[in-house]
Amino acid sequence: MNRFKEKGAKWLFTAAASTSILFVILICAFLFVNGFDTIGKIGVVDFIFGTQWKPLNNLFGILPMILGSIEVTALAFIFGVPTGILCAVFLLFFCPKKIYPKMKSVIDLLAGIPSIVYGFFGLVCIVPLFRDLFGGSGKSIFTAGFLLGIMILPTIVSVSESSLKAVDKSYYEGALALGATHERSVFFALLPAAKSGIIAGVILGLGRAIGETMAVSYVIGNQSLLPLNIFEGGRTLTTNIVLEMGYATDLHRMALIATATILFIFILLINLAFAFLKRRLK
Amino acid sequence: MEDLTKIRKDKTSVVLNVLTKISAFITMSVLIIMIAYILIKGIPNLTPDQFSLKYTTDNVSMVPALINTLLFTFLSLLIALPLGIGSAIYLVEYAKKGSRFVEAVRLTTETLSGIPSIIYGLFGMLFFVLYLKLNYSLISGVITLSIMILPLIMRTTEEALKAVPDSYREGSYGLGAGKVRTIFKIVLPSALPGILNGVILSIGRIVGESAALIYTAGTLPNIALNVTKSGRSLAVHMYALLCEGLYMDQAYATAVILLILVIGINMLSNKIAKKIGEKV
Repeated sequence: MNRFKEKGAKWLFTAAASTSILFVILICAFLFVNGFDTIGKIGVVDFIFGTQWKPLNNLFGILPMILGSIEVTALAFIFGVPTGILCAVFLLFFCPKKIYPKMKSVIDLLAGIPSIVYGFFGLVCIVPLFRDLFGGSGKSIFTAGFLLGIMILPTIVSVSESSLKAVDKSYYEGALALGATHERSVFFALLPAAKSGIIAGVILGLGRAIGETMAVSYVIGNQSLLPLNIFEGGRTLTTNIVLEMGYATDLHRMALIATATILFIFILLINLAFAFLKRRLK
Repeated sequence: MEDLTKIRKDKTSVVLNVLTKISAFITMSVLIIMIAYILIKGIPNLTPDQFSLKYTTDNVSMVPALINTLLFTFLSLLIALPLGIGSAIYLVEYAKKGSRFVEAVRLTTETLSGIPSIIYGLFGMLFFVLYLKLNYSLISGVITLSIMILPLIMRTTEEALKAVPDSYREGSYGLGAGKVRTIFKIVLPSALPGILNGVILSIGRIVGESAALIYTAGTLPNIALNVTKSGRSLAVHMYALLCEGLYMDQAYATAVILLILVIGINMLSNKIAKKIGEKV
């Protein structure tokens, strides 16, 4: 009886563990089968390199959205990555002990705020501000990049912090002993040693930024033209889906699912890069 | 030591020092500005008719959405908790390190945690809504959410299980208990605070989720009376209000409630984390 119970339990736990494999296979299967089918119908080149998205004329080119996603992510990096890394350095090496727990909870809270609230805040506060500063409607790729920069901050801070923590303290002490200041020891001895961990964190942030939907859709303007000027509106892969899915039918609907397939491929590549880096670190 | 280094500060050091302080200041002020802005502009918009039990286009009540959010949370946890805890138990207590199966589980879990919610939403629509013909319903949304929070529960539970000292297990074996008994009577109770923290983080994720629910659970503003009915959560309610564009004031009010929920969840999680810290 007991033997049976032990065996059964092991079997159950193994089954539970295999569900995540099952889910990934299901997600891949449904997105790839539906997506590739549609891309085949539209034509690979016309779909990925087409510059016109006009569902009414059966023109489904998503190059503007691919470029839009890349531009928005790049901007998010410019705003978010240096600030995040410096903030992590501050937390670990410059922060008075009393403020540390408060700062930590602020960063946790930033990570916990729903993206729809970020989007709303962007819409009612950042958009009018940028309208006054830069003219135009205020909704632009630049605005979206700025908002995303804020949104990836917590990811960058927490991963940078844990990889800085993992560096051997002797690096810092050695630098101090050689006569470097506290700041120089931190920035020129510790930071380079934590480099690969921080890069892994940045890649994780990349995945967040490129997949973010709701927040971006309220501040980017949503024009489906080629995004040649970052101070004008644009569209990302994600917002393309969320804007039109509600009323799309037939090929249009399938083209939106194919947009998700392309986004999914981007995400899978980013995930693989992250997994690879993490394993190399070990 | 601190004093000695202070004497010899060169320009670069001063600049670097100031830069870190500016970054930290920016990070703090962004959050404070955001919360203050939404609370100050939002609280005056909290009117009693938004809290009536039934939604009409006149009162735009958020109570049905709030109740749906509770339903989503409870049911998703009901599915994801056993799966997540079971997987974590397998990984910590049973798995042979470095086996192919374990590697596959880890890789797929990481993949799941990296997938954006809009992709979950579309997958849920393709699989649950269309293929399994569950339609836009509570159950489609719940299963989609469970898959989303599964990696989070797995990770937190795994960490909590790993933190249980081996001497506990050895003691239990020494007293003649079997493996299953040891896991359920000794290991899991000791790991409970860590698991609870994972649950709370998952609740935060569910409460804030919109993109994955719009295409699986739909956007009907009523209470979903059974699992085959469509219903919107609070975040989806906010999305719908912003879509229609007529209800800016009500959107402010919803944002306030969402923020309060998220801050509350966050505080709870901090408290539990502190408790774990004290125990160690």
